[in-house]
Amino acid sequence: SSHEHKLNFRKSKEACLSYIQDALLQKQWKRAAEFLTCYVESLEKDYSREHVGPSEMIWRIGTEILWHHSQSSMKEFSCFMEQMKTLGVKRYLKVCLEHVFHLLCNGQIDEAYQNLSLAESWRFGEQTAIQDKEMKLVEAYRGLLDYYSWSKQKNILLENGEDGFSDLAIEQEMHGYFRKAAVSLKEIIKIPGVWDVFVKCYVDLLEFYGDHNEARQVLNEYAYNSKFPANPNAHVYLYQFLKRQGESKKSLISALKILHDIVPSHELMIDFNTMLQKSKKRKKRRLGLEVIFAVLDYAGWKENAKAWSCLARQVKKIVISEKCLDWIKQEWNSRKDWWPAFHFSRYLAKRNWQENKSLSYEKALVAGILLGKGIHVF
Amino acid sequence: RDFNERCAQCSEVNWGLTDGGRFYCRSCHNVTERTREVVNTDFITNSRVQTISKGLRKQENNDGGCEWYICEGFQLVLKKQAEALEALGVCPQMKDEILCNFWRCYLQKSKQAYCKRPAGETVKALSACESSTDVDSDPERPSLLHLLSLSESEGDLQTDCSFASSVSKVSESTSVYSGSVDGSLYLMKNQKEQLRMTMPMTLSFCYMALLWLREPITLSELLRFVVEGHIPYLNVFQHFPEKMKLCGLDLRIFCVESWPVYEEVFNKMHELAAFLDLPRFPDITDSCFLHPDMLCMKYLMEANLPDELHNWTCRVVKKIGIGEVDFLTLMPGNKSTRKVKYDVLAAAVIVVVLKLLFLLDDRYEWLLSEFAEERNKNNTEGGPYFEFKKWYEVVKQSLDVEQKKLDEERAKCLWRCEKPLFYSVKNKSKVLKRRQMVVNLQNQFGKLSGSVQRAEKPNPSSFQLSWSEENTDGSCFHGHSLKGVLQEKCGLLTAMNPDYWLCTVKLCNEKLCGHLAHYREVEFPQSYHFVLGLFSFLLRIQPSYIHDEVCMVEHKLFNKKLYKKLKYNTVLRK
Repeated sequence: SSHEHKLNFRKSKEACLSYIQDALLQKQWKRAAEFLTCYVESLEKDYSREHVGPSEMIWRIGTEILWHHSQSSMKEFSCFMEQMKTLGVKRYLKVCLEHVFHLLCNGQIDEAYQNLSLAESWRFGEQTAIQDKEMKLVEAYRGLLDYYSWSKQKNILLENGEDGFSDLAIEQEMHGYFRKAAVSLKEIIKIPGVWDVFVKCYVDLLEFYGDHNEARQVLNEYAYNSKFPANPNAHVYLYQFLKRQGESKKSLISALKILHDIVPSHELMIDFNTMLQKSKKRKKRRLGLEVIFAVLDYAGWKENAKAWSCLARQVKKIVISEKCLDWIKQEWNSRKDWWPAFHFSRYLAKRNWQENKSLSYEKALVAGILLGKGIHVF
Repeated sequence: RDFNERCAQCSEVNWGLTDGGRFYCRSCHNVTERTREVVNTDFITNSRVQTISKGLRKQENNDGGCEWYICEGFQLVLKKQAEALEALGVCPQMKDEILCNFWRCYLQKSKQAYCKRPAGETVKALSACESSTDVDSDPERPSLLHLLSLSESEGDLQTDCSFASSVSKVSESTSVYSGSVDGSLYLMKNQKEQLRMTMPMTLSFCYMALLWLREPITLSELLRFVVEGHIPYLNVFQHFPEKMKLCGLDLRIFCVESWPVYEEVFNKMHELAAFLDLPRFPDITDSCFLHPDMLCMKYLMEANLPDELHNWTCRVVKKIGIGEVDFLTLMPGNKSTRKVKYDVLAAAVIVVVLKLLFLLDDRYEWLLSEFAEERNKNNTEGGPYFEFKKWYEVVKQSLDVEQKKLDEERAKCLWRCEKPLFYSVKNKSKVLKRRQMVVNLQNQFGKLSGSVQRAEKPNPSSFQLSWSEENTDGSCFHGHSLKGVLQEKCGLLTAMNPDYWLCTVKLCNEKLCGHLAHYREVEFPQSYHFVLGLFSFLLRIQPSYIHDEVCMVEHKLFNKKLYKKLKYNTVLRK
């Protein structure tokens, strides 16, 4: 006979978990703690067949509760994390990293650094090799904190430098941090991934010490290596670097092109359009028009006077020159059905006029050209 | 005192004890090597039960443990349970006489004691002193893994990896398979032949004794008290004396990881009664608590239904003959009589009566309720008429609250206890470490649970839902009248409702599929499902279980009509 409804250990703990889940979703930390107290004895059973075992559950749930519960202190939190580290060796580095993140969120930079150093020196047979990726992350974050220290020393020096002082000790320290940081950061950004913060810091270091070639290489890799996930920020960083280096418009434009493809509404599109408009090449100017129209497809740009002024300027130029009018026609074709309601409604016109006269002016100009005669804008 | 040998020197039988505990002949002062067997009566406190004598018994092992047999463990469990029942008000006779006589009888019949050659003696138990080669080379002795896979599982002990890994190291180490002498042997025993003792079976023993004494506790109540913690069941072994070390296969026997189910305990009890060749149990007459008339009264009160319904339940009981002594009294081993589930039967009778009077087709009962409501509004004399709708609302509200509490309690159930369990000495330290961590975490998060402390065990009570007449909000329906649903015909009160729908036209063959019917909620009216749910909560059993019993009662009640119909059908076919 089947006793499927029989209440046993497993079912009771499953039910317990669902109560915990509900409580967490409703931010009832006390209630979640209450049920977690009953759940923890699952540790005494083996669940090796399950995908997520009780030790991982307890770690994750416990972290959430302790982080949010009003009566929980950072000390308790750290104590709990230390216990969790002993629970599952396969997860050791992950738990360390999470602990470090929480410490950083709480502003405890030194503790975070200590924990990272400790984690770096951890060895555990074949687990060390298996958790190689996590170890790289640990090193990278340690490197990041080194960068942070480097940055602090640098600022001290710069301040003192104005007085003509040059503290050798601080300088040595600074260089020391640089070396440590550079080594770790370089390692992690070799692995395909999203490493914005590491890349930025690394490039900052390289630029400071004058190694622009390396910096350029790193940024190019980050932006163009197909193994890395598509990341708009990579292109932004490259662009900003090239700008700092005073590169030609040509290379700046090529840096922003992919950004336009990935994120047509990006704020740098204004700069992009400005550069393209001024170009001598037809293709580039055509692209510029495409870019600015694309920007204004997005609601976030509706009230942006600068964007409208870019569009107005370019459209006016075309109309006055009477060349390439078909460009406007092409762009307007796919938009004529919805832009009038989206941008040029009577309500919007009134509001723009009341709130932002320059915006209103630019829009009116564009509207006049695009919508032709017989339109009441005012 | 038990020593009856003749003295080697003077052939007299006149022994005394030296200070060193050795026997000496009083006649010739010959001191023997035989030491007095320390008869340890710690385990078995009932002086009338002798210890199982197996000759000289080693008292102390390395770790302070001693030899003990599985049935001694069970004996302790039963003792604890009987004590708990006594504390609940059961007469002491149960513990001192009935239960222990049943137990002795069981031991005898299963050849574990009180017989010429106890089963355990001849077989060498797999213990630590066996050399590794013996274990491997003997092909007939079942391997440990085989023992593990015996399907009478009590949960997930089988999947414990730490055990599996210690098993593989069997041949190298001297890991102990069981703390008891015959743990492994016990699991090997053929279940059918000798009715191997299990933890759920202890409750069968208790229930059997309670039934013999006709104590006012139904099986569903007993099981509820177990879950509520008033009767030891989960982790009883923590009350075993220190010397009785539990490990290895003992865990499979004594550690439970699920609550026993009504069906299981009930069926086992009957098996047991037959196995013990018990005679006819004491008569269940209409003055007994277990008689349907009495139980119906109790359940009607608890379900907040009008007292007047009791007349109807008595009528039904009488009509179908389930109030007869011969029907209700247990005759062990008699396969033709139906085994009576007193509590479920009473609940089923009430359900049938409700169907008789209110039809419960999701329409008629509400119509009747509207009429009653009208009447109650206009006429407040002579007490209120029973309104189904009001009753439903009141009861549903309470039921939902209680059900919610029950569900939460189930989720908060703590299965482990302080006494550590380990399969072998090897993983003892790991187990202790884990336990320590669990305790730490419980403390840490327990503090964060706020003011919600784990409530004390609720006092055991026979009534889970109670309704007071004194409540002025009219939430108690005991005194309400059924006049609104009854009419007078030929001087007899009958139901206004002329119809009845059968839960099932044909009963299933219980022997084939285990049930009389198969209940699916969607196929039945909501009101019916609600009523089933109410009793399902009160008795802590599945609604389908009650549904089966309802089908049985209905078929008895409408026997003649059904018979006619079936006969008619067969004629047509021909």
